Amino acid sequence: MASVSIRGIRKSFGSTTVLHGVDVEIADGEFCVLVGPSGCGKSTLLRMIAGLEAIGAGEIAIGGQVVNKVPPKQRDIAMVFQNYALYPHMTVRDNMAFSLKLAGAPKAAMDERVGRAADILGLDALLDRYPRQLSGGQRQRVAMGRAIVRDPQVFLFDEPLSNLDAKLRVNMRAEIKGLHQRLGTTTVYVTHDQIEAMTMADRIVVMQAGRVEQIGTPLELYDRPANRFVAGFIGSPAMNFIDGEVVENGFRDQGGAVWPLPPGAEPGRPAIYGVRPEHLRLAEGGLPMTVQVLEPTGSETQVLGHVGGSPLLGAFRERIAVAPGEAIGIGADAHLAHLFDRDTGQRLLT
Amino acid sequence: MSNAVREGVLPIAEAHPWRFTTREPTPLARLFDNKTFLVVMCLTPAVGLLVVFLTYPLGLGLWLAFTDAKIGRSGVFVGLDNFDSLFHDRIFWLSVTNTLFYTAAATVGKFGLGLWLALLLNHNIPFKSLIRAIVLIPWIVPTVLSAIAFWWIYDPQFSIISYLLKAMGIIDYNIDFLGTPWHARLALVAANIWRGIPFVAISLLAGLQTISPSLYEAAMLDGASSWARFRYVTLPMLMPVLSVVLTFSVLFTFTDFQLVYAITRGGPANATHLMATLAFQRGIPGGQLGEGAAIAMAMIPFLVAATLFSYFGLARRRWQQGEADE
Repeated sequence: MASVSIRGIRKSFGSTTVLHGVDVEIADGEFCVLVGPSGCGKSTLLRMIAGLEAIGAGEIAIGGQVVNKVPPKQRDIAMVFQNYALYPHMTVRDNMAFSLKLAGAPKAAMDERVGRAADILGLDALLDRYPRQLSGGQRQRVAMGRAIVRDPQVFLFDEPLSNLDAKLRVNMRAEIKGLHQRLGTTTVYVTHDQIEAMTMADRIVVMQAGRVEQIGTPLELYDRPANRFVAGFIGSPAMNFIDGEVVENGFRDQGGAVWPLPPGAEPGRPAIYGVRPEHLRLAEGGLPMTVQVLEPTGSETQVLGHVGGSPLLGAFRERIAVAPGEAIGIGADAHLAHLFDRDTGQRLLT
Repeated sequence: MSNAVREGVLPIAEAHPWRFTTREPTPLARLFDNKTFLVVMCLTPAVGLLVVFLTYPLGLGLWLAFTDAKIGRSGVFVGLDNFDSLFHDRIFWLSVTNTLFYTAAATVGKFGLGLWLALLLNHNIPFKSLIRAIVLIPWIVPTVLSAIAFWWIYDPQFSIISYLLKAMGIIDYNIDFLGTPWHARLALVAANIWRGIPFVAISLLAGLQTISPSLYEAAMLDGASSWARFRYVTLPMLMPVLSVVLTFSVLFTFTDFQLVYAITRGGPANATHLMATLAFQRGIPGGQLGEGAAIAMAMIPFLVAATLFSYFGLARRRWQQGEADE
């Protein structure tokens, strides 16, 4: 096990710069998730940690040792690829034992380690099969088995769940998290799915366009997003943003509706008001929301509509029976409100 | 959300009076929908070509091999006489060993160099597509044309190889490439390798490109050196393509005629005759159709052996089989 330090990493492909100076410190044993939309540079960063991509500028250290010039095989890391990258001509057993075989491990050691990994992952019955004969979830587990038999210093996961169906993804999510709790190996996990990030991470690094937007625990990011991008990216359904200005008793949107704000914002300032759909509540005589679409999910009802001129999404625990075009009264709480600068997108309330 | 949907309007159907209609299929269209008709229709040209240009000549050759036909005389059935005389014919046996040597040496050379070239082209090297085009040239040039070029290269007086070696001071006499048996055999093997490399290189390159780069990355992280990546990833993954290409290459080389006939005509003193050139030599210029056909027929056991090898060697490997459980 080891810590991973990423300091001032830059990377360009031709004239396109994909990473503009990234700094992340990952503690020993931590489960760190790099999350961001497609093309934000998160996979490139992971591949640089693995040594599969040359480092443009800055340095990466694993366990205190700078590895910029260390070839991948000497970094003592294991990686799970998005397409699993299992060797199709080898059985599950040989796939998992490959790194041990290359390292010249005695047969007894190979058998024991592969057996242990298969046991942890429930692969015992599949050891003599070929990857083609496995389902997606089983292949995923073999890829993880191949990583854990090595007992590496760091696990790297590159969007490992994106080829699985929704239900399996939820199972594997829990399985990977359980595996990390059991093995305690430092893990860097890349995903574009913020739910994966929220549910699995000790700490999340939100990236966009080659820059780190915010680093924090899942709840820090949810409760106190540093800027409008993080606020919109973390949380599902996404946060509502309302354009308007700060007034004496709150925030007035462009339709004239006044939203509650905690004290501290300077009146007269144009800003973006943020409120999560699940933080809206039904309130008799509250702000009138014209309903366009109702989406009952059973556990909650999502209502798409608008207040004044601003489109708005609300998620309510109650079951709501209104026809499109009718209005419902909604309310928000000051302590759950967010305020962002209209131009820079930075968080305004502390 | 658009205003149209919000206000309950369905604008698309009202945009223009045109409507979708279903049309009756024409009788011709219905005929082509008939599966039996379609099968017969599609197979007839192929089967016809195979029968006329493959089955008939093969059958005729087989018949001629058991007759004493000469040019201008249809001949009578003589049983195994032709094969009996070939069995005691030193030149025939020389052509058999020549063919085996030629096939073995050329195949080894083609595959060694072809695989090396394919691996090289599979990397990101500058001017890759230009190089790939250049690699194809030996294959595109008509065989006889390249044979003439080699004839010049191997010319006893004007050979560029002799000229260069002399200029470098390595030798002080012209090499007689085509005048001595072993020089001639090796010269032909070299020419065949040159001609065969593109087929091998481009086919293997296609095979290499189907190997996912992430397998190499996974192997790299697993601690594989470049040799180990070749040995444990590239080679086994390439095996299916490699064995197909190998079989084809062996068949083509074994039956090669043009290159040898154009460069040496089997000389000097029959030393470079392959079975194919000897069959032609005896059958057409020599007029002994029966004997020529018998030599050609004698190639069949070797070809069948190569085909069987490919049949069993190519049987889909277990790891290639589908997703189903055992």
